[in-house]
Amino acid sequence: MFNILIGGAAGQGIDTTVSILEKAFKRSGYFVYTLRDFMSRIRGGHNFMIIRFGNDVITSHSSKLDGLIALNEETVDLHRDKLKEDGFILCDSSLKGNFDAIRIAMSEKAKDLGNPRVTGSISVGAILKIFGVNLDNIDDIMKAYIKKDYLEINQEAARFGYDSVDTKYPHTGGRFKDHMLINGNQALALGAIAAGLKFYSAYPMSPSTSIMEYLSRHGVLAGVVMEQAEDEIAAINMSIGASYAGVRAMTATSGGGFSLMVEALGLSGMTEIPVVIANVQRPGPATGLPTRTEQGDLKFAIHAAQGEFPRMVIALRNHTDAFYQTARAFHIADKYQIPVILLSDQYLGDSTSTVQMYDMSEIISRAPIVSTEEDSDYLRYRITDDGISPRRIPGKGNYFVTADSDEHDEYGSITESANVRRNMVDKRMRKLDGLIEELEEPEYIGEADCDILLVGWGSTYGPIKEAVKTLNAENENKYGALVFGDIYPLPTRLLTEKAGKVKMIINIEQNATGQLAGLIRETTGIQCSSSILKYDGRQISGEEIVDRLKNI
Amino acid sequence: MNKSFSTYETAWCPGCGNFSILKCLKTALEELGKDPHEVLIAAGIGQAAKTPQYISANTFCGLHGRSLPAASAAKIANEGLTVIVNTGDGDSYGEGGNHFIHAIRRNVNIAHFVHDNQIYGLTKGQSSPTTALGHLTNAQADGNINHPLNPVLLALAAGAGFVARSFCGDHKHLTAMMKEAISYKGYALLDIFQNCVSFNKINTFRWYRDRVYYLEDDFDPSDRTQAMIRAMEFGDRIPIGVFFREDRPDYHEMNNILAGKEPLVDQTQDPKVLQELMMELV
Repeated sequence: MFNILIGGAAGQGIDTTVSILEKAFKRSGYFVYTLRDFMSRIRGGHNFMIIRFGNDVITSHSSKLDGLIALNEETVDLHRDKLKEDGFILCDSSLKGNFDAIRIAMSEKAKDLGNPRVTGSISVGAILKIFGVNLDNIDDIMKAYIKKDYLEINQEAARFGYDSVDTKYPHTGGRFKDHMLINGNQALALGAIAAGLKFYSAYPMSPSTSIMEYLSRHGVLAGVVMEQAEDEIAAINMSIGASYAGVRAMTATSGGGFSLMVEALGLSGMTEIPVVIANVQRPGPATGLPTRTEQGDLKFAIHAAQGEFPRMVIALRNHTDAFYQTARAFHIADKYQIPVILLSDQYLGDSTSTVQMYDMSEIISRAPIVSTEEDSDYLRYRITDDGISPRRIPGKGNYFVTADSDEHDEYGSITESANVRRNMVDKRMRKLDGLIEELEEPEYIGEADCDILLVGWGSTYGPIKEAVKTLNAENENKYGALVFGDIYPLPTRLLTEKAGKVKMIINIEQNATGQLAGLIRETTGIQCSSSILKYDGRQISGEEIVDRLKNI
Repeated sequence: MNKSFSTYETAWCPGCGNFSILKCLKTALEELGKDPHEVLIAAGIGQAAKTPQYISANTFCGLHGRSLPAASAAKIANEGLTVIVNTGDGDSYGEGGNHFIHAIRRNVNIAHFVHDNQIYGLTKGQSSPTTALGHLTNAQADGNINHPLNPVLLALAAGAGFVARSFCGDHKHLTAMMKEAISYKGYALLDIFQNCVSFNKINTFRWYRDRVYYLEDDFDPSDRTQAMIRAMEFGDRIPIGVFFREDRPDYHEMNNILAGKEPLVDQTQDPKVLQELMMELV
């Protein structure tokens, strides 16, 4: 397994270089996992990406580097201490500094080729050669990322880079050729399309914006109307309006935008209009760290909005989960006529992973919105045993579909009756009984009987999985982990069962207060013994979990 | 099929301008031959926003200020619905002010009827965005010091394709304006002067009646500049009628997923699409 870091200033084209490079590694058959670390700026500063690749499945980034590709001196200064003993630095021959490196006259050649921006493609060619990957696919891959007019000189640049170095690590294996390379936001968008999404409204906000861009780009093909709203309040109210009219609708944002959506979250709860809301988390409060990662919104998502109503919160764990759970969110929102919140984060949203083609047969296809009762008897908010009232599409028959944010009677008319109020609250809350039956238990990782149980949720799944593997190989204690996807309502069966048998429970979270530990305590009375918390905006890696456990 | 619209007992104050607006709405819809089951009346919160509760149609009573985005999206989802937002000046120009501007830009084919009584009724008499300077209220004890908004002028400046004003005391005119706004293809604003018997003792029924007059027969509603000049008349005499009307493509005609196709709600997805999208990522 190899791990290389490509760093430079914003505006140096790192994202394009890395996108081409990771695709070339993947097409060569390697499993690829790429972490993207951006600053919130368009030019300057320091951005880097770490591509980890090899013949095994990779679930976490790592900071032990085999190679450092430096587009500026700062990259060398910031990251050379992470290089393994036999690691290499690749850079332009003009870079100053006293360090061993493979130096290529990249800027000089780029000048010759007539465009200083092709240095990235020179480094692509060189890196591929170092890792024994030929340039067979490069022309095809470049087409997707480089404008037609610049294609030829970039291809020439790649060949120049390729010819400038020797192979250091011969290519082996290659079983992941036919897999996809996808980031968490694309996986989420695809999951929504698979579920039959037809309307998406959002306001741009990092790190969720690439979802709206993906849906806009593929809107015509997928039959999805993507409307950029004037603010997040409009975004969610539009999604609810579209859903009322009978199409599957969704909005996505990050914590700040979700804050603005809160009142309408309650509107969905009160009017029982299904809606799916994705919160791609970043560190808060307020503007926080716009392009960084955190799991700070769990309790917020669970408690957002005044009053009480059933909702579901699903944390996305990886690039496979992002697809299937997003599709499932639509099914659950429709079935129970509730808001479903998906919690993702910048780490998952922006990182790319190699995944198998998704299987459509695992997606629950949409049940038609129909009611068997006579049109004239139709009551939108009919009191039922399971709390689910018959939903119909307005304008499709001789009945009226009503929606009222005020408390309402079975017809949907405003009421202040104490009796109706009680019955309606009970009706809505009864939907929880069915929902709880549908919950998926957290995934258990590790030795069947463990001494130390790690608990986590969402995107720390991959790093925790890698950590458990390392821990069990290196330690006397046996380690296991429960990583929650369905997180509210909290599934408790497996947790209760495991908790009774272990010596220690340690929660691992990307926040400062241990929100999952709090939720577990509140729901089950189980107390975590210790915590590993990280809230610096950077995702914890498998290695870091192992290191930090040594201090507990 | 029964195409008459039923109306129900209301919770409005006796003498409220809303009664006339409700009556004219019913007449306008019936005269246009609309089927109540294909009509969606949307509103936010306020006295005017109770309108959907009192007429037989599909209804969406959403959040305060937020009915425009919800109603616009319902129309985007199902072009077959006739969508009318009936709500007040506070809901439309205050809490929902941002959505008002952007509903104009979005130009979805909906009609927006603003019951403009220049005061807050539901919360008992505070100033609204259209309340006159100096107006004393319980919340503006020294008189309102915020300049009143001119919604007709604002809509014109924001580029609205249909802008009109009417008065609840002139049923014939109001019904005609409603019919024109509903028939217009695109976002249509109809600002309706309405008296509030309980909380606005300045802009009374008589105050409006004594001031309003019809835009002249030879007034040219295709001239936005002239429309803006006339919209600024707001004193002893206030013009009512269609200030501006322009035929241009609405949201559906501009949108590649919707233009010339069946309503979004009836469109089906080709199952091969997902495969195609996944292949792009291999």
